[in-house]
Amino acid sequence: MGANVITITSGKGGVGKTTTTANLAVALANAGDKVVCIDGDIGLRNLDVVLGLENRIVYDLVDVIEGRCRLRQAMIRDKRLEELYLIPAAQTRDKSAVSPSDMVKLCDELRSEVDWVLIDSPAGIERGFRNTIAPADSVLVVTNPEVSAVRDADRIIGLVEAEEKGPARLIINRVNPALTKRGDMLSADDVVELLAIKLIGVIPDDENVIISTNRGQPVAFDPKSKSGQAFTNIASRLKGNEVPFLDFDGREDFFSRLFRAN
Amino acid sequence: MSDWVKQITSNKKQSASDAKERLKLVLIHDRTEMTPSEMETLKNELLEVISRHVEIDTTAVRITMNQDGREQRLTADIPLKSARRRGIG
Repeated sequence: MGANVITITSGKGGVGKTTTTANLAVALANAGDKVVCIDGDIGLRNLDVVLGLENRIVYDLVDVIEGRCRLRQAMIRDKRLEELYLIPAAQTRDKSAVSPSDMVKLCDELRSEVDWVLIDSPAGIERGFRNTIAPADSVLVVTNPEVSAVRDADRIIGLVEAEEKGPARLIINRVNPALTKRGDMLSADDVVELLAIKLIGVIPDDENVIISTNRGQPVAFDPKSKSGQAFTNIASRLKGNEVPFLDFDGREDFFSRLFRAN
Repeated sequence: MSDWVKQITSNKKQSASDAKERLKLVLIHDRTEMTPSEMETLKNELLEVISRHVEIDTTAVRITMNQDGREQRLTADIPLKSARRRGIG
């Protein structure tokens, strides 16, 4: 019992898995929960810089698995949020240093200690993906509203089902409302219809994500930003709350809402 | 000029709906692990087997792969030729 183990994956690289993991971890910890996030991308460590914790790494995931340190020693505590921890990936090793059963064992050890374990999966469908899926209680698939990302998301959703970790829930990242309105970007509804899984969040394309990542200060710390708000909403849905989806469209949507209300 | 007119008068939803239509087809083939040409072979063999037993109206046959949630469904609508039409004349 105890923690919920959630793996964030996508198939395609560069759609925002690491950003999503970091921000959900921040949002959950901000709500007072105890959270550990694990960078599952062995050899391509990144969650540490996105969280702004890169200077504090002593031990990593592979050190724990190979017995060079205790689990506690590899958990970097965030100074901004008392209840947020990171277990970084090893940078000088590759995916074969970890097995699915290593990950299951490690997460079982964490379950009694924390409320949430969030695992950032590497891109691709090979060993690294299998390692991060194995301990998951549930899976979040991140995609962008464009053809290659949606296609890869569909593959991953199928694999998650095949591993009996389904049904995955969907996060659509980098939605550009102006392009969508113009008919030049797949809408969230289009993507949900194509992939036929449950939606748990829509994140607008927001320059604040880039700015905050530059500073190692995830955007979820800033509740005024639209993307920060969207991540906070996903965290709340993970906790079982019903949260309406945000409108990113500004004025016209305000009017269409008025019409709907009548 | 004519391009400009076309731009305004044509369907503005062009590229997103293109993306959606293309993805629909790609996902069907990805999920069934079947290429379009394998699909074509399946259709032909299916018709061949059926026509061994009854005469079918090949011009009106419709065999399609549809998405039903995360499941794929092969739907075949195969009109049979009636004895009369086949018949005497």
